[in-house]
Amino acid sequence: MKKRVLTVDDSRTIRNMLLVTLNNAGFETIQAEDGVEGLEVLEEANPDVIVTDINMPRLDGFGFIEGVRKNDRYRAIPILVLTTESDAEKKNRARQAGATGWIVKPFDPTKLIDAIERVTA
Amino acid sequence: MDMNEIKEIFFQECEEQLAELESGLLKLNDGDRDPETVNAVFRAVHSIKGGAGAFGLDDLVSFAHVFETTLDCVRSNRLDPGPEVLKVMLKSADVLADLTNAARDGGSVDEARSRQLIKELEALANGEVPQASAAAVEPVAKPVAVVAPPPVNDEGFQPVAFSFDDFDAAEEPLMDMPVYEIVFKPKSDLYAKGNEATLLLRDLSRLGEMSIHCDMGALPTLDRLSPESAYFFWKISLKTDKGEDAIRTVFEFAEWDCDLEISLVEDEATQSGEELPMQPVPFDLSILDDEPAVLVGVVEEEEQLASRRQDRDAAVSAAGTASNVLQMAQSAARTPAEKPAPAAASAAAQSAAAQQAAASAATPTIRVDLDRVDRLINLVGELVINQAMLSQSVVENDNNGTSSINMGLEELQQLTREIQDSVMAIRAQPVKPVFQRMSRIVREIADMTGKSVRLITEGENTEVDKTVIDKLAEPLTHMIRNAVDHGLETPEKRLAAGKSAEGTVRLTAKHRSGRIVIELADDGAGINREKVRQKAIDNDLITADANLSDEEIDNLIFHAGFSTADKISDISGRGVGMDVVKRSIQALGGRINISSKPGHGSVFTMSLPLTLAVLDGMVVTVANQTLVVPLTAIVETLQPEAAAIHSFGSNQRLISIRNSFCPLVDVGRILNFRAIQANPVEGVALLVESEGGGQRALMVDAIQGQRQVVIKSLEANYTHVPGIAAATILGDGRVALILDVDAIVAASRGHSLKPEMSLAAAG
Repeated sequence: MKKRVLTVDDSRTIRNMLLVTLNNAGFETIQAEDGVEGLEVLEEANPDVIVTDINMPRLDGFGFIEGVRKNDRYRAIPILVLTTESDAEKKNRARQAGATGWIVKPFDPTKLIDAIERVTA
Repeated sequence: MDMNEIKEIFFQECEEQLAELESGLLKLNDGDRDPETVNAVFRAVHSIKGGAGAFGLDDLVSFAHVFETTLDCVRSNRLDPGPEVLKVMLKSADVLADLTNAARDGGSVDEARSRQLIKELEALANGEVPQASAAAVEPVAKPVAVVAPPPVNDEGFQPVAFSFDDFDAAEEPLMDMPVYEIVFKPKSDLYAKGNEATLLLRDLSRLGEMSIHCDMGALPTLDRLSPESAYFFWKISLKTDKGEDAIRTVFEFAEWDCDLEISLVEDEATQSGEELPMQPVPFDLSILDDEPAVLVGVVEEEEQLASRRQDRDAAVSAAGTASNVLQMAQSAARTPAEKPAPAAASAAAQSAAAQQAAASAATPTIRVDLDRVDRLINLVGELVINQAMLSQSVVENDNNGTSSINMGLEELQQLTREIQDSVMAIRAQPVKPVFQRMSRIVREIADMTGKSVRLITEGENTEVDKTVIDKLAEPLTHMIRNAVDHGLETPEKRLAAGKSAEGTVRLTAKHRSGRIVIELADDGAGINREKVRQKAIDNDLITADANLSDEEIDNLIFHAGFSTADKISDISGRGVGMDVVKRSIQALGGRINISSKPGHGSVFTMSLPLTLAVLDGMVVTVANQTLVVPLTAIVETLQPEAAAIHSFGSNQRLISIRNSFCPLVDVGRILNFRAIQANPVEGVALLVESEGGGQRALMVDAIQGQRQVVIKSLEANYTHVPGIAAATILGDGRVALILDVDAIVAASRGHSLKPEMSLAAAG
């Protein structure tokens, strides 16, 4: 069965890149534009892994991860943070919010798929 | 979708982000200190940087990075966005736009300028606030490489190249490979963050030959077991040539949440398992192919979930009854209550904030290919024509005007009109992007002229057809340049005249009786009528004793080749004057007027049609052909009297209108509908204004009426015909051609339409 990935990113460019990369790698992809929408579609999307941006309108990545972890069904789902933020403080904050791992932009398809493989069964 | 398409999307997105950036910065400039505005500005630059990085647009990335760093200082309240800071940021936004354009279309940017701004931005980030008299651009000594973005890694996240392809090599003899002993003790946080010991061990096993021992000694009895705590730890010995870094990479995401010891075992004999209490179990990857064991994550009973959902819904609706405003605001923002509101009272208290959020949240939109919209518009055009034809034939065949067919037809007509309006509304877009571009132009000219200018825009959300918007930018740019360069005085002169040093240019858009009206007002010196008059006399536009009203003098500036600036400046005097502006407005089916008050400034008023797909036209007959003349071109119509017609030259004629002479142009003759000129007295003269401002009287045989027609491109369906702008289909199904008034007038000046291309030849 195909693995389902929920991606949360406000940039249309990055959303499209994620879509193409993930579909090519054989994943089923569900996309949301910000944290609020991500939480809205979470139940229905029922993903195996989540990839999220940090800087987003309405609800940022930190808030989104916290929201996912509060949901009993998804509190142990792997969440990867896709971010240009490279400083340790921000990574630490994402980690404290409950991120499983991170992928530092610029967007690199191999890095992304490797990281997803690493956290999913 | 391929990379090129995504890149296209990226540049589209950049444009949106740049607009967002500029409007946010302008808001800050107006004293807005809403953190969300700062966030939006930050996000815009951040997004551009993110996308640019993915496409390897290094110049864009490095500039965006510096910009972002400075914005981050604002975001974290380390830098106050005062006027001087915002000045630098607005300029940076301009450079960012230039860099984006250069990345998309090739071409170069002003590198000295972007280097200078990088320095200024970095200075701001370092806490140096510039003085009001900003330093001039320093001379560029030698090309300096643009500041490179700092490396994206830091402690612990050194990216290590490793590939799964290498694992095939694992079948080679493993002799002489170093052996590592790894002790891996997960903490319960590791599981809580979605990491999985099994997966980590799987990854580890791929590095080489691995044996593994799980220590379950810490496992308490069942009654004392906390299901989400971590009790196991693993001792692993791994034979690999990949090195310690590769092992650490496996634990990259987990290292905070586990104790990890990695040591290199020198002597293979020592790791034979003797000191381990149990025999190591060779790790078999295939066990992972079965259903993975769920270590944590209890799936909640469906019923429980449902009841929780009910609770939430109840709470939301309770909040709703107390405050409908809140509910509306929430639904507008597509934001369901994240947490059930504990009490209606607190919900009401939040309503103000929610309302604000709803107001700023974008309404849901979809993106549609423009071609599809155009096709729909075309079809609706056909529908309108078809409906008109149907009406006409029913009227012709039905003497009794009260039949039910007639009633139904009237309803159909109403529906058609509504559909047409709705479809036109799809193409309608706010003028905001064009207005935003103007603020940059004002900044640039203000800099060049040393004037201090404030641009105020109103009615940015006024909507007008996309094609009109696209064609509006050029004339508007020109007028703004004129307003700042010619209209506004220098700060010294303004102060001397008792005005504030800062000039104001106000750009307004509004809807007025089915048209869009754009006003450009400045509070400058107004038009110097004496100067204009003198100039017009010098240029032989008027006679020295002409008696002109103030308004007529003001309108002289729309004449070709007219410029009142004593010397042609670098900004507005690029060989194009207000006559070009007027012509391009007219080409859009619009009109432009000026009113000016000496000492108080000038107001330019443009009135434009909301769409270019339909046109108000006068339907006329010429040599048994039906033609449509755009109404905007017609000044007046008149029935010539024999006494008013004067001949001159070989076969030219003039008509005298209120003591002035105007060339008479026989449309039928110009279009080669007939060989000899018609008798003017038997026809009707349409007084038209053409490019250059001159008036001509177009002779047609008769006027049929005035109506709105749907424009059909002739080029798309047939070929270009000189003298004809487009075609339309009338209610009776006949095709009528729409006159290109300017081309007809030009032809009448002797540049005749090429006969082989004319209508007679085209058949």
